[in-house]
Amino acid sequence: MEYFLQNFINALQWGSFYALIALGYSMVYSILMLFNFAHGDIFMIGAYIGFCIASLFILLFGGAAPGWLVLILTIIVSMFLTSLLGVLIEKIGYRPLRNAPRASAAITGLMIGIILETSNIAIFGTKRIAFPQLVETVTYNISGVFITNKKIIIVAISLFLMAGLHFFIEKTKWGMAMRAMSYDFLTVPLMGISLNVIAPLTFAIGSALAAAAGILYGLAYPVLDPYMGILLGWKAFVAAILGGRGSILGAALAGFLLGFIEIFTAMIFPSTLRDLIAYSIILIILTVRPHGFFGKAHSSSLRL
Amino acid sequence: MKKLSLILTAIFFALFVLSTSGWCWGKKKTIKIGINAPITGDIPKVGENTKNTAKMWLEDIEKAGGIEIAGEKYPVEIIVEDNEAQAESAVKTNTKMITEDEVIIVIGPQSSKQAIPAGGVANSYATPMISPWSTNPDTTKDRPYVFRGCFLDPFQGPMLANFAKNEFGYTKAAVLYDVASDYPKGLAEYFKQSWEKNNGEGSVVSYESFTTKDADFSSQLTKIVNSGAEVLFVPQYYNEVALIVKQARELGWKKPILGSDSWGSSETITLCGSDCYGAFFSTHYAAAGAEGITKEFIDRYKEKYGYVPDDVCALTWDSLKLAQNAIESLTEFSGDIKKDRVKVKNNLAKIKNFEGVTGNMSFTSDGDPVKCAVIVKISDTGEFRFYKSVCP
Repeated sequence: MEYFLQNFINALQWGSFYALIALGYSMVYSILMLFNFAHGDIFMIGAYIGFCIASLFILLFGGAAPGWLVLILTIIVSMFLTSLLGVLIEKIGYRPLRNAPRASAAITGLMIGIILETSNIAIFGTKRIAFPQLVETVTYNISGVFITNKKIIIVAISLFLMAGLHFFIEKTKWGMAMRAMSYDFLTVPLMGISLNVIAPLTFAIGSALAAAAGILYGLAYPVLDPYMGILLGWKAFVAAILGGRGSILGAALAGFLLGFIEIFTAMIFPSTLRDLIAYSIILIILTVRPHGFFGKAHSSSLRL
Repeated sequence: MKKLSLILTAIFFALFVLSTSGWCWGKKKTIKIGINAPITGDIPKVGENTKNTAKMWLEDIEKAGGIEIAGEKYPVEIIVEDNEAQAESAVKTNTKMITEDEVIIVIGPQSSKQAIPAGGVANSYATPMISPWSTNPDTTKDRPYVFRGCFLDPFQGPMLANFAKNEFGYTKAAVLYDVASDYPKGLAEYFKQSWEKNNGEGSVVSYESFTTKDADFSSQLTKIVNSGAEVLFVPQYYNEVALIVKQARELGWKKPILGSDSWGSSETITLCGSDCYGAFFSTHYAAAGAEGITKEFIDRYKEKYGYVPDDVCALTWDSLKLAQNAIESLTEFSGDIKKDRVKVKNNLAKIKNFEGVTGNMSFTSDGDPVKCAVIVKISDTGEFRFYKSVCP
């Protein structure tokens, strides 16, 4: 039982990252009907920006500010800066290609990803960077189940951000505009809502979530490297597909589900076969539900 | 106008030909040495150390006016190429240096993942190659042109298994390794074999793996923590070591952790911090408490680059010295690169009792040195402290 609970907590943390990153894929898809393949690298840049901001705060405040405050400030500032990067990418990379074939946009995404990776190498070098430990790790032993305060922080902040996004999309005017745009991007601009406003907004929100994921990731796995976003980005992309293309709720749930599938296959089967079994399961799910859990059937007939 | 430009072009061309050929005649034949190093990729620190060491060696040579062969001094050129810590790139890099740059000998690649395929290229082009750091036996196996500067995994794995048993009396071990990389995979297998020979079938109670680039090991480590193992063996590189050890501690693992020579980088402590204190690992030399030429090397390196050289530096240094030794023993430098390469290889194979900064070594017929290993304990201040020396 403890064994199961321990893995449950592990999966909850691991799934949070997939969920936060998958949200970015899904949001962009719901508006522009394209997958932003640079998203994994935006996550990486977010983590590096977080590293710079955190180091700066530590330098400024020293030991005067408590760790949790520095962490929250770091997350807020980095989310803002990374969202600017997202807007920039939309403007330079995707807007000129809006009427081009979807494949061109997908390739652009890959190119932007490579540019982000290599420019990172140009600035920071290829050395691995240790993410500053803003919060002292405290391990709680609850009758054989080990929980660290970091795990609680990570899961709590992720859930908070997802709830915030949900509120934004369901309750605000901007959110309504986004929903309308994803419903029909030809008619809605006629009502006075410009795609040139909604698309950057979507990129900004997606990138901000990726930045938050990057900082939380740095907290849990404190070794940053310029290629850390590739594998995670791919897997989160799988989660976005699994949740249903363009579905926000689906992406979040599928992110957690992917985390659970990975952790629990490694728990039950030999860990050598983890990815083989985990992704076979996902393949089977997709064969049964080709549009994912919450995807609408019409979205695939449109493009890509 | 057309005529004029034609004439100008002709004059320019003639000048160009004259200048290049003149440059050829005027200059002495250079000895070219290729360095195949992971400058970018997963283990950039290894690449940086390789490059720094090579530069320091080249300084010595330039001060002496070149390498002396049969009474005449020849200038030396070092060609550093990046293999991105990838097997395919290491093969390309080696092919390029051998066929285009016409190097006489290749130093590197460092880790087995690149050294095994690159060694195949060097051998098929009949070019000597010394991998300073690759401990997997396949690197030099059945390859007369490929040598190495370090001990082998079939020695290292059992040595660590015996150490844990003899020193602490442990009988149950757990292993966590990267199944997609040659070095950890090989070492994990040798460790397991030897452990089970010592302690009986099933005494490796948890044998878990992951694949390169994974960052979350929580499910594997949860298994290991619950398996009842007394010691955890992690034959990984420094970036993964930091992640694995931290996560193991967070999941309640308080027992000892054992590592291999890939831990010996100065980055291990930078990334891992206090979580790695108290761990043991085997390595090629211990910087703390070194004497003689080893101390001399450490002091010089530290003064030049500002940090204590790790085992990669020391082994690269020894490999370069071995190469230098083999080139100096040539009877003549003919300039026919193919002939010279064969002679260098023959000289390398003949080296006996070479005194290096990582200890004395002699090459066996396979191109592997016979040398001692050192067990190091990471102290409470993060220093690599000499714990024990183990000789074959």
